[in-house]
Amino acid sequence: MRIALFVTCYNDTLFPEVGIAVVRVLERLGHTIDFPYAQTCCGQMHYNTGYLPEALPLVRRFVDIFRDSEVVCVPSSSCVGMMREHYEKIALASGDKTLQSDVSALLPRVYEFTELLVHRLGIEDVGAVYPHRVTYHASCHSLRNLHLGDVPIRLLRNVRDLELIPMEATDLCCGFGGTFSIKNADVSGAMLEEKLQYVQKTQAEVCTACDNSCLMHIGGALHRQRAKMRTEHIATILGSDSISPATRKDAY
Amino acid sequence: MTPTSEREHQPLDFPSAALPLLHDAQMRGNVRHATGVIQGKRFRVVGEMPDWQLLREAGRQIRAHSLDYLDFYLEQFEQRCTAAGGHVHWARDAAEANRIVLQLAQNPTGRVIKIKSMTTEETGLNHALEAAGIQPIETDLAELIVQLGHDKPSHIVVPALHKNRHQVRELFVRAMNLPHLGDRPEDLAEAARVYLRQQFLSTPVAISGANFLIAETGGVCIVESEGNGRMCLTLPRKLISVAGIDKIIPRFRDLEVMLQLLPRSATGERMNPYNSVWTGVHPGDGPQEFHVVLLDNRRTEVLRDPEARETLHCIRCGACQNACPVYRQTGGHAYGSVYAGPIGAILTPQLALMKRGQSLPYASTLCGACYEVCPVKINIPEVLIHLRGRVVTGRPRSLRALHPEAIIMRSMQWMFLSETRFRLAQQFGRIAQRPWIRRSGWIERLPSILGGWTRTRDLRPLPPQSFREWFQARPRSAIESASKSPPQVSPESSEVPHG
Repeated sequence: MRIALFVTCYNDTLFPEVGIAVVRVLERLGHTIDFPYAQTCCGQMHYNTGYLPEALPLVRRFVDIFRDSEVVCVPSSSCVGMMREHYEKIALASGDKTLQSDVSALLPRVYEFTELLVHRLGIEDVGAVYPHRVTYHASCHSLRNLHLGDVPIRLLRNVRDLELIPMEATDLCCGFGGTFSIKNADVSGAMLEEKLQYVQKTQAEVCTACDNSCLMHIGGALHRQRAKMRTEHIATILGSDSISPATRKDAY
Repeated sequence: MTPTSEREHQPLDFPSAALPLLHDAQMRGNVRHATGVIQGKRFRVVGEMPDWQLLREAGRQIRAHSLDYLDFYLEQFEQRCTAAGGHVHWARDAAEANRIVLQLAQNPTGRVIKIKSMTTEETGLNHALEAAGIQPIETDLAELIVQLGHDKPSHIVVPALHKNRHQVRELFVRAMNLPHLGDRPEDLAEAARVYLRQQFLSTPVAISGANFLIAETGGVCIVESEGNGRMCLTLPRKLISVAGIDKIIPRFRDLEVMLQLLPRSATGERMNPYNSVWTGVHPGDGPQEFHVVLLDNRRTEVLRDPEARETLHCIRCGACQNACPVYRQTGGHAYGSVYAGPIGAILTPQLALMKRGQSLPYASTLCGACYEVCPVKINIPEVLIHLRGRVVTGRPRSLRALHPEAIIMRSMQWMFLSETRFRLAQQFGRIAQRPWIRRSGWIERLPSILGGWTRTRDLRPLPPQSFREWFQARPRSAIESASKSPPQVSPESSEVPHG
């Protein structure tokens, strides 16, 4: 299958290893990856901050780029959530009939990475090897917008040598919330502090999730506290094998 | 005591109002404990309902229908209530509602007894009564605690949730002059019982809110846990009920849905201990004079916005507050309004015509926990985003384009609309961040508005190669062979060097 990758603006810029791991996993499964270079951002930041008119051209851009893709893979549930929850509404507000029908036609072909593997490709074992103790943070968007349920957990359970440690209050918001973490920095910090108690209680080596936004937040605090634990996107875990572990070991 | 009416006019900024509360460890502990207990109970009793999602949908439809035909049902309510011997008054705003109640509440004892009511908190009725020389006595235990402590409610259903029993005991010891009072729940309940019994038996006027107004019968419904409501609804000679116009439901049988949704969502009970429905007056039984004050107070303005009117579906169960990870940290007082938590974040600014509380729609991570538990399926995250849009477009025209946030958003959009500009920005970022990278290899302090991030967290710097640069640089052969001969192990070259 030809799979178009929408890597997302922040993975592209800050966490390239996520895109690399997605390519690695999907190619290992025999698929071909397209990466349209024109892609940038889904418009979530603009829309969620109250700038709907500013988000519209970004929605249009995304739709133009991926209109003809067979399947679009996005390693971020918050970006997929943005598309599923809001793209139709934004298109409707624009009054552009073509955009509306393009959005409706494209959305069913857009998948979050773990969702693509389990629901579209029917694969729960990607042949990964990851000899670490791992705990999973269920991000709000993966849980309540995409209803991923135990999809990521099923994938993690099939990773060789991975010890999965359940996290208490795994569904508690980490307090990131995009611009919330800046506008309400103190409240966001307090939420993170509570989340960290549950994260650290697991005594895992790695905290993973389907969203690097949460992980940037949790990982930032772990680093500030010089904790032994680090964060790793689920794609890099699934992209690891015994020959080339995808962990950013050099960053630590 | 700060009167509500004055407090409502103070500027409200959630982040600065939250700050002192975040340092109140006692309050935060109380709030976490109490919301945790109620959430646990709710989770159990909702879990035992196989048709919970259908009930929620039924609840949503009943509320949406009621508001779509609000004019019809309000007039029907007025007509049926009047026919049953009640008096219906219409109040445009809080001041008018208070004026009506003041006239009706005059009595020789100079006191009125009250059932817990968010609507009279909204209008600042207690302050208005006190100013007119009438002493309002709250009879709900938690409201009594709030009143005796000259405090403000912090939760819709559990107004004194921010106080624990030791703090309550201190309050009772002082207010009721009971130096030897214990701090067991039964000691405190007994003290309140003795204190309140006297008020019930000697006060001729009661003031209540309403959970539901039933258009079909002209009846009013109140649910409660302590029986204080039942006392207020039966003992006094005169009863005055103040209700927002949004409280209407069409038929008596709609209570079948509502009275399943409300107690399970609010207190985690299958049924409220006391469910009272009263219709007009009955000779020799209960109050012989009955008034309903229907309050608009800008609810019709909320109704005008099709994207936000579902705010008025709310049945005041408080489940969104218990589920909210933001409320959990700050408690209710940070919201600067009687309506706290997620529902307050959408209701307060709308009731203030978006002229106050503009920071409230931003007091959320959009995590969706509120929507998940809402018994009438109010999509609070969606309304929050919509109201953020109204905050942005509501800025004064001359300042709108120059607002720092607007400038950032427009610049980001300009960057994202061109691949070249996006690439250049990535490259620029890698250079610009250099002075900020510490010896740990991470960014530990950032300037100006970004400093909020680095107050409690570090930031991993931009790596030397973006994903798109990696993808472009990898050998074509790798791509083609990968797609032809599965499965295979990816080459070592896929490692990203990292600084």
